[in-house]
Amino acid sequence: MTFQDIVMRLKAYWAEQGCIIQEPFDCEVGAGTMCPETFLRVLGPDPYRVAYVQPSRRPADGRYGENPNRLYKHMQLQVILKPAPTDVVELYLRSLEHIGIDLSEHDCKLEEDNWESPTLGAWGVGWQVMLDGLEITQFTYFQQCGGLDLEVVPAELTYGLERLAAFIQDVESIYEIRWNDRWTYEDVRLADEQQYSAYNFEEADVDMVWAEFRLHEAECGRLLERYGELEDGGSRHRFPILAAFDQALKCSHLFNTLQARGAISVTERAQVIQRVRTLAVGVAKAWMDQQRANGRQSS
Amino acid sequence: MSDLLLEVGTEEIPARMVDGAKRDLRRKFAESLQDLGLTGASRISVEATPRRLALFAEGILSRQEDRMQVFRGPTRKVAFDAQGNPTRAALGFAKRAGVPVSELKIGPHGKLMSQRTIPGRGAAELLAERLDGIVLSVRFPRSMYWAGRGSPRFIRPIRWIVALLDGKVVPFEIAGVRSGRTTWGHRRLGAGPAEVSGAASYREALRSNAVILSADERARRIVDGALRVLPTECRLRRNPKLLTTLVNETEFPTPILGRFDSAYLDLPEEVLETVMLVHQKYFVVERPDGRMTNRFVAVANSSGDPSGKIRTGHERVLRARFNDARFFWNFDQRHSLQERTEDLKDVTFQASLGSYWEKTEANLAAVRGLASALKLDDAARIAAERAVLLAKCDLTTEMVGEFPELQGRIGGLYAATQGEGDAVAEAIYDHYLPLGAADSIPRSTAGQVTAVADKLATLGGMFRVGLIPTGSKDPLALRRAAFGAMRIVLEGGLAISIDQLVSIAGAGSNAAKLRAFLVERLKHWLLDRGGIAADVVQAVTAASDRTPIDVLARSNALAEVRATPDFESLAVSFKRIRNILERAGGADAHGASEPDPVLFAGAAESDLHEALQLVSERTAACNAVRDYGTSLLSIATLRPLLDRYFDEVLVMADDPQVRANRLAFLASVLAKLSTIADFAAIAPEPVRRRRG
Repeated sequence: MTFQDIVMRLKAYWAEQGCIIQEPFDCEVGAGTMCPETFLRVLGPDPYRVAYVQPSRRPADGRYGENPNRLYKHMQLQVILKPAPTDVVELYLRSLEHIGIDLSEHDCKLEEDNWESPTLGAWGVGWQVMLDGLEITQFTYFQQCGGLDLEVVPAELTYGLERLAAFIQDVESIYEIRWNDRWTYEDVRLADEQQYSAYNFEEADVDMVWAEFRLHEAECGRLLERYGELEDGGSRHRFPILAAFDQALKCSHLFNTLQARGAISVTERAQVIQRVRTLAVGVAKAWMDQQRANGRQSS
Repeated sequence: MSDLLLEVGTEEIPARMVDGAKRDLRRKFAESLQDLGLTGASRISVEATPRRLALFAEGILSRQEDRMQVFRGPTRKVAFDAQGNPTRAALGFAKRAGVPVSELKIGPHGKLMSQRTIPGRGAAELLAERLDGIVLSVRFPRSMYWAGRGSPRFIRPIRWIVALLDGKVVPFEIAGVRSGRTTWGHRRLGAGPAEVSGAASYREALRSNAVILSADERARRIVDGALRVLPTECRLRRNPKLLTTLVNETEFPTPILGRFDSAYLDLPEEVLETVMLVHQKYFVVERPDGRMTNRFVAVANSSGDPSGKIRTGHERVLRARFNDARFFWNFDQRHSLQERTEDLKDVTFQASLGSYWEKTEANLAAVRGLASALKLDDAARIAAERAVLLAKCDLTTEMVGEFPELQGRIGGLYAATQGEGDAVAEAIYDHYLPLGAADSIPRSTAGQVTAVADKLATLGGMFRVGLIPTGSKDPLALRRAAFGAMRIVLEGGLAISIDQLVSIAGAGSNAAKLRAFLVERLKHWLLDRGGIAADVVQAVTAASDRTPIDVLARSNALAEVRATPDFESLAVSFKRIRNILERAGGADAHGASEPDPVLFAGAAESDLHEALQLVSERTAACNAVRDYGTSLLSIATLRPLLDRYFDEVLVMADDPQVRANRLAFLASVLAKLSTIADFAAIAPEPVRRRRG
């Protein structure tokens, strides 16, 4: 089964379970959790089911394409089931059978793994799913997001697609994964890995990236402040909270870049995380306020 | 008598919490039974797998005992008028008690009384009211809610509940899940839901659905199964903690033997073992001489591996992990530890104490302080200084990023390959030791000094900025650091005083607190690892707590002689001296002047005085070379003279001059003989009891 077959089959499976099949979000993010389809949709009482592949960028994890198991950018299949159905674990296990893994022939364990994102003010409890000793999925019951206790508890399933593909295709290196019958993962992605590693570790202009960070931070802060000043629901209803969130995500990514570049000093690190968190928490609050004002998420 | 079966079916409970949950459920249930009056002669047991907590209670009472309720009312005088007719007070009381006035009786003190029998309630209805609360009261380190904000919390979602009392469902509900008689087996090997009628049919249903309920049986299946698959001449490297984890992570465990390319055995065994044990939860397979082989045993939550897919899967993961480790090893060699010292400025040690570079500078200062206090030879000093300079550099390596538990050891291995020499490499390798009670202290003097310096600098820094542990809270593990330092000083025989340690640590205005903190650890060591009795520790440290190894030497010497009759009697005499002096205004008030032999009234005084001179000269000489055993034996020879003294001499004589002289004499006895220990602190009682 090729890489793209796996992706398409998983999408088809989750579509059958009533999920919206979304396309990747178009900002740089470190994980599918950060996309509005997760971060904002888990807030409030309204049900939601969505699945999407999210290319996730982690500048510090780049290895110039030289390490067979590490990537600067990997693909996550992100599934949100809100509220989590009572048979969510079974639903998940069946998705594995849907891509040809006969679980009665394998060793499948759910090992405790709780998740926390200080920059998003979010945490949850769950497991890492181990298939014959390989971690293939993160399974999380969200408890808090944007600093808010969640009204409805969603299940988040995050599949590591490269690992899963390497497992199914029985190859030793991510770069050997057959993307389709003609091209490999290396053909498609090696250049990204080499060049972005070079950028993140060597070339990124620290002053420039810092300046960018400050610009995006200021823009997000400005928007949140404007929203707070608006009096009536009428002018709030289409206020660009989503655009403010983009700015917060930019900051998160630029922070990761600066860290990979070794440009964040000891004292700065905690402070910068706190700055990004302030933006994310502000966005979550404003979003919920706007949703209520618009008569959605009404409880 | 009734039997209860309670099964809470959950999603996978974290392995580390399973045993605690079993104990807690058992305790909470037993308390509730007691509270309800249903305990009888019941036997309660709890078993668990990752997906269920199962409680069996046999022989609980089926019904509470009836109990008598007594109401007391007004006195007869108030209740009846002169004609003997009931007043309003009597009528009101009868109404409250729920009986006609004619049935009221006269109880003690002439008061009206009514008795009523409250029938005991049945176990079924009581348990139906209580079981949800009992289940939800089980404590977990971190719980969650799943059915919406404000809904019940448990470790993971509860998906089914079996609650049967003598085969009948005890009805209750938790977060929308109603109790019933349906259980579920193994996620993949089980056939689906199974109806059960009681404990026996429940156990049978689990067995036929690939769940081994008993943790002991799962452990046996792992250990015995491993024996069958292991090649002869090989065995599992013992690891009870890993075994417990695997037992609590599986419902039907099966050991699978795998192997890896023996070329990986070139990597340090520390790395291989960490990958296998910590990251992959595999048992290491070793030869009888303890050498690692290129085999491992994984434990699958499955009945077997006929296709070999599980084995090849685990082998592939391990290969990838070992490849990573090899990659990290090679990658890390691009920059030597020396070159990495600069990078330490970017690694936080502690928010208010700065980076690991600042920490390294503090460690260097501490090493210099220790070297001079201990009069280290040049070789050891130079090695220790080099070791502390490089000790934290492995924090910037890929390998430690991946295997944080190997910090220090990785640094030591890298130092060895980078030509730093064995002394430096070993000191770096050992410098976090001792972490646990089972760890030994660093092997070499340079390693001991490096490790003590690291711990002291941490303690000094934290105390200086006020991060001092209070109560049971010690998030920075400072007690462990202090105990580790004390262990090295005592077990390594480092001749250094507590005050020197405190001054080297540099605790600023909190130096006195750090001193007390270290003395506490010193006492703890003596009690815990030294096997010294509490009163001996008290006696010895009361005399002086200045130098740990000296305290230890005195403790050992005193522990040896304390049980001899002479010593117990001495202790009694010393208590007497102390009491006399205290009643007369304290030892200090009388210690200023030397006793004058001219004022002695008889041989009892002058003999003791003379002997005291000899003994104190003798002990001073012995103490100087820490021969405290001989010192103590010499002090013990004073016993008959002391006994005679108290038999014949009245200390509080009428003549004030004589009295003052006697008090001064006793003060000098106390002062001269209390250099090893405060003998008055020795408790004779426990020893007597042991003999009796």
